[in-house]
Amino acid sequence: MINLAISVGQTQTPEAVLFWFLAPLTVAAALGMLLVKKAVHSAILMAAVMINLAVFYIAQDALFLGIVQIVVYTGAVMMLFLFILMLVGVDSSDSLTETITGLRPMAITAAVGFGGLMVSLIGRAAIGRDAVGLDLANAGGNVKGLAELLFSTYVWPFEIVSALLITAALGAMVLAHHQRIQLRPTQRQLSTQRFRGESLANAAGLPGPGVFARHNAVDVPALLPDGTPALNSINATLEARGNMLNSGNFQLGNVDTSAGEEK
Amino acid sequence: MDAANYLYLSVLLFTIGAVGVVVRRNAIVVFMCVELMLNAANLAFVTFSRINGDLNGQVVAFFTMVVAACEVVVGLAIIVTIYRSRRSASVDDASLLKR
Repeated sequence: MINLAISVGQTQTPEAVLFWFLAPLTVAAALGMLLVKKAVHSAILMAAVMINLAVFYIAQDALFLGIVQIVVYTGAVMMLFLFILMLVGVDSSDSLTETITGLRPMAITAAVGFGGLMVSLIGRAAIGRDAVGLDLANAGGNVKGLAELLFSTYVWPFEIVSALLITAALGAMVLAHHQRIQLRPTQRQLSTQRFRGESLANAAGLPGPGVFARHNAVDVPALLPDGTPALNSINATLEARGNMLNSGNFQLGNVDTSAGEEK
Repeated sequence: MDAANYLYLSVLLFTIGAVGVVVRRNAIVVFMCVELMLNAANLAFVTFSRINGDLNGQVVAFFTMVVAACEVVVGLAIIVTIYRSRRSASVDDASLLKR
């Protein structure tokens, strides 16, 4: 314990402490993203990985990239992911059964092989000197250094990337555009439908929801003269979801009128 | 601390992302794993930039971020389109060409 405390106290830089604290967290979050069942939890863990990476960027003198990472990734991209998740359905959890037999062992074997290869490669590769560090390059400030490169050497890629962004925005609009297959029925057509249909029962319009003078919310079906609920007085979605209240609860005899006025 | 540690971390994240792309079936999770791979590459770029004392690596990482943002926009639009016609975001369901 004391040895550990001494060794931690003697770590060369605060950066080492930061790295050994955050790197396992990052890997754990990434693994969790892989393993959790619900897509929303994956997205939250992904955001954690992104924030940790931003901290690593800042620790490595890439101040601008660290801020951009937080703004673009955790800010824009992850929100976009969550938005689409909400659109597609939050409870769209994966069934974790294999559809292709033997896919998972194969994937894990390939990953272990690739990872081991890369790690051993980096372990054997020698640069022959210590890391130079960015003190000199960042002398005038990280943002200034980046801007000088971006608007001189990389000005042409920068222009192309702007074209790419516009194309992506246009592409998203084209892909997400929804075309009506049938024409929207006009008021005239709707009215013809109502009066030329088989029965004239709803010719005067559908009944409104609610029980007169008792409960007028949209989830309570109106009562017919014989006391049965008129199901076509409420939205069909409410009925299908089971969010409909029983209008019998609001008939005169059943309502507790003894309670005093609410203060 | 040796800057190569960041490279090891980057390799780990990249591998995890690659496994996710192969194993997971929800298209959105697959997309997030692709993002993880891109970010791992970015971390390697930033680390190399520091090792070489040169800002070029950071500029490349910056471009990668822009391209990743484009990719997310178009990819999610495709997912929404597929979901609209098939009512499912699973990559296994969209296999019409197989039959």
